[in-house]
Amino acid sequence: MKKETKVIVIGGSWGGIKASQEILKQLPASYGIPIVMVLHRLRNFDGNLQIVFEKRVALQVIEVEEKEKLQAGYVYVAPSNYHVLLEKDQTFSLDVSELENYSRPAIDVTFTSAAEAFGSNTIGIVLSGASKDGSAGLKEIAARGGTVIVQDPREAEVDTMPLAAIASVPGCQIMNSECIQAFLLSLHDH
Amino acid sequence: MKLEADVLFEQAVETLIHDIHAQYGYDFSGYARASVYRRIKRFLGNKNLASVEELRKSLFQDPYFFENFLQEITVNVTEMFRDPTFFLALREKVLPILSTYPFIKIWDAGCSTGEELFSLAILLKEEGLLERTKIYATDINQKVLKQAKEGIFNLANMASYTSAYYAAGGKTEFSSYYTSSYGSAKFDASLVKNAVFYPHNLATDSSFNEFHLILCRNVLIYFNRELQERVFNLFDESLVSLGYLGLGKKETLAMSQIHNSYTCLDKSNRIYRKATR
Repeated sequence: MKKETKVIVIGGSWGGIKASQEILKQLPASYGIPIVMVLHRLRNFDGNLQIVFEKRVALQVIEVEEKEKLQAGYVYVAPSNYHVLLEKDQTFSLDVSELENYSRPAIDVTFTSAAEAFGSNTIGIVLSGASKDGSAGLKEIAARGGTVIVQDPREAEVDTMPLAAIASVPGCQIMNSECIQAFLLSLHDH
Repeated sequence: MKLEADVLFEQAVETLIHDIHAQYGYDFSGYARASVYRRIKRFLGNKNLASVEELRKSLFQDPYFFENFLQEITVNVTEMFRDPTFFLALREKVLPILSTYPFIKIWDAGCSTGEELFSLAILLKEEGLLERTKIYATDINQKVLKQAKEGIFNLANMASYTSAYYAAGGKTEFSSYYTSSYGSAKFDASLVKNAVFYPHNLATDSSFNEFHLILCRNVLIYFNRELQERVFNLFDESLVSLGYLGLGKKETLAMSQIHNSYTCLDKSNRIYRKATR
């Protein structure tokens, strides 16, 4: 039987860039699971997040292009001013509809579509941020038997987002960034 | 594990799409699904409907309700001078070439509520081309076409539109283009006096004229690859030799069959030019 494809979705806001760098820095370039990252940033801020990551992360960090196929070895970053959705055929769709949780891209949009498309093969991670975005989407992932992880609020630069996620999904795993990284590495080994 | 509710929802949506096509003639079968699911769930929530079945009943009993559904299901979120560098590139790289034609025809495909149309008209006016340009503004949705014609936008957005206008190379006071009252900004009607407004469905309708420039921004992202291909062919048929095509910031011609007969004029702003045959 063909092994089912997994996906890792990461959401962060204030403090999320730093936290995601910590989590991704030891992952090898050959890492076996595609990673999709939604980080809030200023609207119409065109500065590319790739530059922020390329020195610290071995994986290829690229901005999502619509209809692109998910591939292992890549970290896909949501572009500014677009929602990112995952389709069942493992491609990306983009969407410029209303802001959600005052954000576009919104973490909830990506998490929910990942849950619907990948079910229990979804690994959702909520990081630091001054927002409640991500908690509803994390719940959708949990409801479908996916893995739900929240950055330890004591470690997070801003604990609002992790605390909201924990309140929304009480059964989530709470880990510091070192543990999250070790967990992701353990997925790669299997 | 996959939630049974997901499977039932998705099946109900597929049936609904089929029946909407049969009853109202609108074909959503080529729309990217994740977005459609999200729009429908949102609509169900807003209208306090418990299921797709309930939605289905209301849609087929009440054409006005269907109109409303159509407006909500197709995304009509837009802004003036969205991605100002795109408009700057139009101003600096495309309009000077278009100015060599005695008469210019532009198609704004999927014009929604008109923010892009008025941005374009302002650009044409400032470059001295508005008088000899005819803009064909089309959308799947009749209701938004009416709004587009009126050119009345939320006054609260004018601050951000003003900075976008200057970033797009704006040459005068942005506020000189509108009068404000009761929280609205009404744009100068003379900007669209040469514009015509038609309902047109990119998924099913055919080419209706030849254009020097086609703008279709952030519409194709909602379509699957097959439907995108159909639309690219439609645009190809509708462009004169050496005509221009402007897409959204994250849309590309690169995956399309027609891309070999186009050159990329501006990669980051997604402006393409048709080659000569």
